[in-house]
Amino acid sequence: MALLQIAEPGQAAAPHQRKLAVGIDLGTTNSLVAAVRSGQAETLPDQLGSHLLPSVVHYSQDVTVVGEQAKQNANLDPVNTIVSVKRLLGKNLSEVQQLYPNLPYHFDGQSSHLRMQVPGKTVNPIEVSADILRELKLRAENSLGDELTGAVVTVPAYFDDAQRQSTKDAAQLAGLNLLRLLNEPTAAAIAYGLDSGQEGVIAIYDLGGGTFDISILRLSKGVFEVLSTGGDTGLGGDDFDQIIFDYICAQTQLPNELSKGLRRRLLDDAKLAKEALSEDSAVDIEFVDDQGTSHNVVLSCVKFEALIQPLVKKTLRACKRALKDADVETDKVLQVVMVGGSTRVPLVRHQVGELFGKTPLTSIDPDKVVAIGAAIQADILVGNKPDAEMLLLDVLPLSLGLETMGGLTEKVIPRNTTIPVAKAQEFTTFKDGQTAMMIHVLQGERELVEDCRSLAKFNLTGIPPMTAGAAHIRVTFQVDADGLLSVTAMEKSTGVQSQIQVKPSYGLDESEIADMLKSSMHHAKEDMQARMLKEQQVEASRVAESLQSALQKDGEELLSEDELKAIQAAMDEMLSVAQQDDVENIKRSIEKVDQISQAFAARRMDKSINQALSGQSVNEL
Amino acid sequence: MNFFALFGLEASYDIDTTKLAATYKSLAQVTHPDKFSQSGGAEKLMAVQKNAQVNDGYQVLKNPLSRAEHLLSLRGIDMQHETKTLQDPSFLMQQMEWRESLEETSNAADPEAALAALDAELAIQTKLQYSQLADILKADTEQANLDAANRIRKLKFMEKLHREIELKEDALLDD
Repeated sequence: MALLQIAEPGQAAAPHQRKLAVGIDLGTTNSLVAAVRSGQAETLPDQLGSHLLPSVVHYSQDVTVVGEQAKQNANLDPVNTIVSVKRLLGKNLSEVQQLYPNLPYHFDGQSSHLRMQVPGKTVNPIEVSADILRELKLRAENSLGDELTGAVVTVPAYFDDAQRQSTKDAAQLAGLNLLRLLNEPTAAAIAYGLDSGQEGVIAIYDLGGGTFDISILRLSKGVFEVLSTGGDTGLGGDDFDQIIFDYICAQTQLPNELSKGLRRRLLDDAKLAKEALSEDSAVDIEFVDDQGTSHNVVLSCVKFEALIQPLVKKTLRACKRALKDADVETDKVLQVVMVGGSTRVPLVRHQVGELFGKTPLTSIDPDKVVAIGAAIQADILVGNKPDAEMLLLDVLPLSLGLETMGGLTEKVIPRNTTIPVAKAQEFTTFKDGQTAMMIHVLQGERELVEDCRSLAKFNLTGIPPMTAGAAHIRVTFQVDADGLLSVTAMEKSTGVQSQIQVKPSYGLDESEIADMLKSSMHHAKEDMQARMLKEQQVEASRVAESLQSALQKDGEELLSEDELKAIQAAMDEMLSVAQQDDVENIKRSIEKVDQISQAFAARRMDKSINQALSGQSVNEL
Repeated sequence: MNFFALFGLEASYDIDTTKLAATYKSLAQVTHPDKFSQSGGAEKLMAVQKNAQVNDGYQVLKNPLSRAEHLLSLRGIDMQHETKTLQDPSFLMQQMEWRESLEETSNAADPEAALAALDAELAIQTKLQYSQLADILKADTEQANLDAANRIRKLKFMEKLHREIELKEDALLDD
């Protein structure tokens, strides 16, 4: 029997104390943080009582300001005020210039990595996103009164690997312990409590500021199964604003070149007009142009609806495609959940209701619903509800594949495959004596390489010279629960191996993260070393806690006395090393515990699988 | 990897798919990485790998064609990396006829109806092949397994044709 540990009074959390975990909706236009308090999930307001944090960051020589105050600066200093940064995540410079040719920022043209010049430095979209996350973390710690154990951050279901990786990097940079990336629509379904009681298919229609997502989910006994996802990463309420903006420009015959201030001002007016049209039948838009001329434009609701009709239709088409992918008839959909501020537009509600033949759910604030669902999931993941049966089964949003001869893409894992997943595919050489092979990893549905997103390129070298077609190169893709990919390639006859964590094309490598951490620490006047030490100490105690409870449950049954002693010794060593301040040493001791408990972990897994199988047959009887 | 064993099933083509789905959910509950979010690295990695196997196994067993293929691979016939094509002149003729019919639907007076008719005919043939495949797979003899492999190759073609018909129907709807 393993000995139980007792912590010194006041040194460790009591076993039943709740851990603080938050859900974060990192949105294009606004971001929110929510937590479960007294059994209730709610979004956390700032000191002024505002729940929505505008996803806007303003950089000046001395300070970085996030949120409402930064938004005020957008008109005055558009060049240094980064708005809708989510749209730029995971993209390179040429893609961004092609997609959004009118952005006011000064891009650093020196590399293909996207960097924006602000006073005194350059920032990339990951750092800007991290600034937003840091602000939310601070807000949460202030209102919850302690440090956070972990966070769930949401992403559009349609986000590709580069975008997910960037979001994960941003969370790490902001000092959050990321428990999971959660798809926004899944979070919304959790918020509506559709996991309890409901059985059947539901659709989540999420029209946010910058992205549109449609997800078809099946719920049964607490299991959320994502059947299919679809959408458009470049379509949202901001486009409604843009359409009104274009309309204003056309009506008043403004020149193509506007001052950056006027452009921002008119976009703000367009947004206000859109919001007003949810209630009113017409709005007046008044402004003074760069030449000092006053203008007045009237926009009626009927006109507005005609203007946005093509965009709404585009979303409905994506809905039909997602239903088809899920192999579900429209009338089999039990509930439709509305998410995102843009679903307040009456035309959107009406047409979505018409397509699915039922009134959509709108009782939870569509701006808050995702953060609330994320908070509920975070609360479970951190272990506050040990008996929760809820399980989220997610799918891969976009197919993963490799480049083959002739610039074609060979799919290795098709989209909508349940993740985690591992798949291997074999390829061979094209020329006699070929000794190297370029592995080009792609994501997307199109056949031509140039139409897919390039995730990574790496070379497998050292293939022994053979005749064309004789070598067997086995490429294995592994996708984790967050939808993030790693790739290994191996030549089978020789065992020449090459491995890559897919990041280089768009994400960051570890050293870049460390550099960014250092520079952010410098500004925040925090101590890098202290933070890393603390992180490792927390990790050590987390590992010890989880292993201790595993030993208590299964130690005696699954381990010999010697094995038990060895694990116990390694754990004791780790805990004593963790009291000191040698970061590397703590890391090593954690790895050692991990290694020595591997066989135990495998036996526990087999045991629970056998239990699950026998439980199944008992149910059958 | 024997997926039938992973799911506690006898290796056989005829399986209870409702039970399979229920078993999948139980196995997902105990292997999903989310259940290990507070655990150490070794356990987390184990969960990712095990859960990936469970997911893969479910996909393979759920689909009758991949289930038959998996059963054959357990019997020593690996069709995964084969380059061999089907040697069956009468089926080749049938294939060509179907392809021609598919192309001709574009010129039909009512392309949608023509596609539906072709799809219906294909569905009857596919169903027949599946039920014969099920019978053949009951015996584990060399002759039966080779016969089954041929039928799987035919069914792969038929499923592919079915998808092409669907794509063409989609294209009609989008216009």
